[in-house]
Amino acid sequence: MSNVPADLRYLKSHEWARLEADGTVTVGISDHAQQALGDLVFAEVPEAGRRVTAGEACAVVESVKAASDVYSPVSGEVVAANADLGGQPELINQDPYGAGWLMRIRPDDKAHFSTLLDAKAYEAALAAETH
Amino acid sequence: MGLRTPLFDTHVAAGARIVDFGGWDMPVNYGSQIEEHHGVRRDAGMFDVSHMCVVDLRGARVKDYLRRLLANDVAKLTQAGKALYSCMLRDHGGVIDDLIVYYMDDQWYRMVVNAGTRDKDLDWLRAHAGDFGVSVEPRFDLAMIAVQGPNARQKASALLAPALAARALELGPFFGTAGDGWFVARTGYTGEDGWEIMLPAQEAAGFWGRLRETGVMPCGLGARDTLRLEAGMNLYGSDMDETTSPLESGLGWTIAWDPQDRNFIGREALTAQKAHGVARKLVGLLLADRGVLRSHQKVIVPAVGEGEVTSGTFSPTLERSIGLARVPSQTTDRCEVEIRGRLLSATVVKPPFVRHGKITIPL
Repeated sequence: MSNVPADLRYLKSHEWARLEADGTVTVGISDHAQQALGDLVFAEVPEAGRRVTAGEACAVVESVKAASDVYSPVSGEVVAANADLGGQPELINQDPYGAGWLMRIRPDDKAHFSTLLDAKAYEAALAAETH
Repeated sequence: MGLRTPLFDTHVAAGARIVDFGGWDMPVNYGSQIEEHHGVRRDAGMFDVSHMCVVDLRGARVKDYLRRLLANDVAKLTQAGKALYSCMLRDHGGVIDDLIVYYMDDQWYRMVVNAGTRDKDLDWLRAHAGDFGVSVEPRFDLAMIAVQGPNARQKASALLAPALAARALELGPFFGTAGDGWFVARTGYTGEDGWEIMLPAQEAAGFWGRLRETGVMPCGLGARDTLRLEAGMNLYGSDMDETTSPLESGLGWTIAWDPQDRNFIGREALTAQKAHGVARKLVGLLLADRGVLRSHQKVIVPAVGEGEVTSGTFSPTLERSIGLARVPSQTTDRCEVEIRGRLLSATVVKPPFVRHGKITIPL
């Protein structure tokens, strides 16, 4: 079973989002996603300063098997990308909700965050997907 | 539900991730595909390859039959148990399948064909069998387990019947030996030493379990693909099919042109293709930039033309992306690959990338 932390928000496409104290939103892929993809070998994340739109494919993670788009949960400006993934893409497998984060976005509209799936809704979406 | 091998329940119980492969429910990995890959390169791993089809071909004229059907020449096989890799071609030179054939005795050859092509292979084999009085018997009663890696033979030998183990350990590369309904061959699809073991289906789960207890790592089709690609071995359906000839697929070495009067199916087409000049060739690629080569990505050879990646992956041994690509014949040492709208630089290399645990190309 995959781990779905209760304090995060999610997209059906398996991204997670965390609202930080400074108002930015950290984004990564869920434990379920990293398990399904298998060993991650490459991550392409947007550079700081780039504008992204909610629902936009703005990053790519690649496992040995396949490449997978990562969609932005919010609209805003990328303020940081996880530079450690360049040398250690396996951080996404090892710690998907921690060291394996992908990018941090300053959202245009903070209220949008609360429209994302909560843990319960994401778990329901996962259950629906596997049935 | 797809087709299942005799080891399906064993894979599920071991926590394998199951995927569809050519209509078969097969394990793609049991955990980390990269660890499985390294397990084979450094020690010993095993693969359930029971989805592949063993076919016994028998008859007084079976040798003539195979000399007509295969682009390589079974007349090269003079010692019992010797194996030959060959393509089987359509009249126009397209590859129906690639296969291994073992010479068992003058009236019996054993062939191993791919899973996804099994039905058309059997149709083709049967369509030509009548002319030669050959019987075509697929051995659905056999399972097949590949044990591969530098320590694979030593670990597996302890689990074979003593007489069979003794003969198996004496085998040279590309030889096989039979005993008690089992068949052990020193062949594989990883670039490492090892055996492919055919055995009665009902004995497969027990043997697999004993291999596991003796320290042979279960490996899925994911690792099988990265290992074969590092070893520079083609995958049917990706690197060649009925629309490509062996000459365009890096398999010219498997065509036996001599003797010139051997009229194998496809010979005329290949001869014509050679006379006109083969326009495309299959090469190895090493991606210089960061990223991962995948099949169907476009290859651009500046001032020459375009081609396509036929297989691509991240190589766990090289920690770089490698691939095979079909490109214009004039291609030399460099090209570009279009990945998500960007052109990344790659070097053209001669496979294999890795053999017997050692990197064989300049990095």
